[in-house]
Amino acid sequence: MMHASLPPSLAEPVARLVMERIAKRFGATQALQGVSLSAFSGQTLALIGENGAGKSTLMKVLSGAHAPDLGSMTIDGRPFNPRGPHEARQAGIAMIYQELSMAPDLSVEDNIMLGKEQASMGLVRRGTQRQQIREAMNLLGYPEIDLRRSVGSLSIGTQQIVEIARGMVSNARVMIFDEPTSSLPHQAVRQLFATIKRLEQKGLAIIYISHFLEEIREVARDYVVLRDGKPIGAGQLVDVSDAQIVAMMVGRSVDQLFPHVPHEIRERILQIQQLSGDKLPIDVSFDLRRGEIFGLFGLIGAGRTETLRLLFGLERCASGGVLVHAKRSRETPAARIDAGLGLVSEDRKREGLAQSMSIADNLTLSRLQPYSKAGVLQLSKRRSVVRHWMTQLSVKAHSPEQTIGQLSGGNQQKVAIARVLHQEAEILLLDEPTRGIDVATKSEIYQRIGELAASGKAIIFVSSYLPELMAVCDTLGVMARGHLRSVRPMSQWTENEVLSVAVDSQINVENS
Amino acid sequence: MTEPSPENRSFGEQPNWTTTKIAFSILRSLAPLLALLIVVLAFAIADQQWGHGRFVEMRNFRVILVMTAPVAIAALGMTLLIISGGIDLSAGTAAMLCTTVLACSLKEGLPVAITIALTLSTGVICGLINGLLIGLLRIPPFIVTLGTMTIFLGIAKRLAQGSTVFVDRERIPNWLLDLSATMPPDWRGWSPNIALGVWIALLVAILVSILLNYTVIGRHIFALGSNEATARLCGINILRTKVIVYGLAGLLIGIAGIYTFSLVKIANPVEGIGRELKFIAAAVIGGGSLSGGRGSVLGTLAGAAIMGVIASGCDQLEIKNSTQDIMIGLIIIAAVTLDQLRRRMGKNPSEA
Repeated sequence: MMHASLPPSLAEPVARLVMERIAKRFGATQALQGVSLSAFSGQTLALIGENGAGKSTLMKVLSGAHAPDLGSMTIDGRPFNPRGPHEARQAGIAMIYQELSMAPDLSVEDNIMLGKEQASMGLVRRGTQRQQIREAMNLLGYPEIDLRRSVGSLSIGTQQIVEIARGMVSNARVMIFDEPTSSLPHQAVRQLFATIKRLEQKGLAIIYISHFLEEIREVARDYVVLRDGKPIGAGQLVDVSDAQIVAMMVGRSVDQLFPHVPHEIRERILQIQQLSGDKLPIDVSFDLRRGEIFGLFGLIGAGRTETLRLLFGLERCASGGVLVHAKRSRETPAARIDAGLGLVSEDRKREGLAQSMSIADNLTLSRLQPYSKAGVLQLSKRRSVVRHWMTQLSVKAHSPEQTIGQLSGGNQQKVAIARVLHQEAEILLLDEPTRGIDVATKSEIYQRIGELAASGKAIIFVSSYLPELMAVCDTLGVMARGHLRSVRPMSQWTENEVLSVAVDSQINVENS
Repeated sequence: MTEPSPENRSFGEQPNWTTTKIAFSILRSLAPLLALLIVVLAFAIADQQWGHGRFVEMRNFRVILVMTAPVAIAALGMTLLIISGGIDLSAGTAAMLCTTVLACSLKEGLPVAITIALTLSTGVICGLINGLLIGLLRIPPFIVTLGTMTIFLGIAKRLAQGSTVFVDRERIPNWLLDLSATMPPDWRGWSPNIALGVWIALLVAILVSILLNYTVIGRHIFALGSNEATARLCGINILRTKVIVYGLAGLLIGIAGIYTFSLVKIANPVEGIGRELKFIAAAVIGGGSLSGGRGSVLGTLAGAAIMGVIASGCDQLEIKNSTQDIMIGLIIIAAVTLDQLRRRMGKNPSEA
C-alpha cells in the first residue's frame, strides 16, 4: 500500500523530479536564475555550492516554502506547483533538514505520525499506525527501534532515521538531505549512507546537499553545481575531478567590490592561548596585532562563532587563556568590553540588536557612562553623538529615535558596527558582518574595515564567504571541527587550498 | 495561473516616515487615555439617562481616585517588571503581607517610623527574593512568583495567626487615615481637595517615568525586556538588573500595602489572592507587552483608572458585580487585540 505508486521495474531509471529553468528574486537579489535539474528514481543527485549559492532557496522552492517566479516542476510527469509545504509533502517531497525538526518529548510513533494520525472518530488507531511504521522501519533496516521511546532520548543518528521514516510513511517519492552529516558522529554517517542506498533500491529519488566532496562521491552519481543562483555545471561525478568541482564552486573574479585600504600591521595586542570551550572550539591559539585584519574561515559547525563568543566572555571557557595587552580579564562581556573588545553578533535579530528599541539606544547601550550624571541620562548630548556616528557610517534613518526593526538589514548592521566603535573597542570581533545585506553596503563595510585597521584597530573577521575574506584580510586562519587547522598570511593561501583544508581535514578527523 | 508569492508582496521598500506616521505614533501613546475618556463619558451619559446623576459629582471622582491609587502604585511596579520581560504573580499576596506587617506593628504599638520602615522593607525583601530566584536559578518569572505567591500568603497568615488583624482606632495615626480620606481636611489651600495618597501615587508615577526614560537603569530595563541576548552582549549585568527591578517593584508594593490598610483599616491576608491580576491588567490595558520591552507609566495609570471608573460607574448604575467583571475582562482582551493589530501594521516587511 505504501509504495503502490512506485514503478514495478527499477531496471530503467525514470526522472521522478524535473525542475526546469527555475528563477526566484528577493528584492534586489536574484537568488535563482535558470536552474534546471532532474532527479532519477533509484539515484542520488548531489547539489553542490558555497553558502549563499542558492541551494537552500532552490530546496525551499521544491518544498513549497517559496513559489518560483519562473520555471516549472514535474513529479513523475505530473505538473507540480505546491502552494505550501503541506501540498509539497502530499505530492511526495520529504525534506531531511540539518537541524532535525522533531518534538523531543513525543514518542517515535507520535513524531512519525504527527499531522497525519490514523484515527477513527477522533481516536488514534494505534494498531494501523504501528504497522505502517514497522513496515517503514523494516525497509530502512531498523526493525528494533522502540516506537514508544521519546525521540529526545535517542542518538542524533537514530533521530535522523526517525525523520526519514516519517518521510517514508507519507509516501515520499523524492527525499532531500540538507547537509545531513554536519551534526553526525562518524559511525552514524556510515549508517546514513547505508540507509540512503536502501531508499534508492526502493525507487526513491534522492537529492543530497553537502560541502564534503568525499561524501558526495560516495553517495551520489550525478551532480549539479550552483554559484550565485546560476547553474555552473552538471553531469556525472565520475567525469570530474575534485579540483574541477572546487573551481566551479568558487570561480569568481575579485572585482571592485573590494576596495583596498592601505594599512600597516603593528604590535601584538591580543594573545589567544590554547583556548577551548565546553564543546567548541578545541585548543585554539593565535595572536592578533594592531592594524591586522585576521580572517577566520570554516564550514558550518567548525567553531568560528564559538571562538568569538568565548573571546567575548559570552560562553564558558573550559581551558586556555585570552590576554589583551598581556593582561587577563574576567570572563564576562562587561569585563571584555572594558578590556577593549567589541563583538558584532552574526544574528542581528535574535542577539545583535534590540529590535524594538531606538537606534540611539542600540548604539549606546554598551557605553552609557559618558551621558550619565548620577545615573540620569543627558539625552541631548547622547543624541548629538548618535547623529555623529550615523553620519560616519551613513546610516539611513530619519532620526536617532527610529526603531531598529524599521531599518533595512544593511542599516541595522551599520548600527551594530557603530555600537562597537562607539564603545571605543580596540579589538573588533565581526561575526558574518556582511550576511544578508546588499552589495553596495557590503562594499561600504569592507571599506570601513580597512579604515579601522589603518587607524590601528585589530579585527577578527569571521565569514562563510571566502572571496570577501581573501580580498579583505591580511591573515587567514581556517577552522575545521573545532580546531584551528592552519594560519598563514593571505599571500600564502589560494582559494582551493583554503577549501581543501576546511573540507579535507574534516574527513581526516573522522577517520583518525 | 501565476499566483503572487508572499515573498513578492512583502518585499517593498522601507515605509516612508511621514507626518501621518508621527501623528499615528502620538495617537498610539495617547490611546489608553483616550479609552479612559470614552469610558468616563459613556458612564456619565448612562448615569444621566438611567442613574441618579451622581457619577459626575466631584465627590465621586474623589472616591474613584482614592480607590484607584493603591492599584496604580502596585501596577507601576508591575509595569517595570513587564517592561523588563518579567512578571510578578506574587504581587497581590506580597502587598497583603505588607499590610499585615503594618497592622501587626501598629497593634504592637511600635513607633510609626519603624512601622513604616518594616512595611516597606517587607515589600523590598519580597521583591529581592523573587529577583534573586529568577536571576540565579534561571527559572521563568511566572513559575518563581507562582511559588512565592503562596509562600507570602502563608507567611502573612502566620503573622495574622490565621485570621484578620484588627487595629484599635486610637493606635492608627491620623495621617494614615488621611492617606485615603475621600473628604480630606482642607489644609492644602492651593491644591485640589484630593487625598494625600493620590498625590503620593502621582509622585511615584513621575519618579517611575523619569526612571524609565531618563536613567541608565531605565535603558537597561528596556533592553532586558526587548532582547536579553542583546543586553548581555552590551555588557549589562543581567542578574543585577533583574534584582534591582524586582526590588523596586517590591518597594512600590510596600507603598500600595500601606495605602490598602489606610482604606480598610484591617489586614486579611486572604484578600491578597488574585489582586495581582488587577495590577497586571492595568499594565496590559495601558499598552504593556507581556513579551517585554514595552509599557508606559501614562498607560498604566489610565489602565488602573479605567478599572476604577468601571467599578464606580457600575455601582452608581446598580449594575451587578458580575457584569463589572465581564466588562473588565472584555476590555483587557480588546486592549491586547488592538495592540497586536497595531504591531502587525507597524511591522517592517523588509526585515531580512
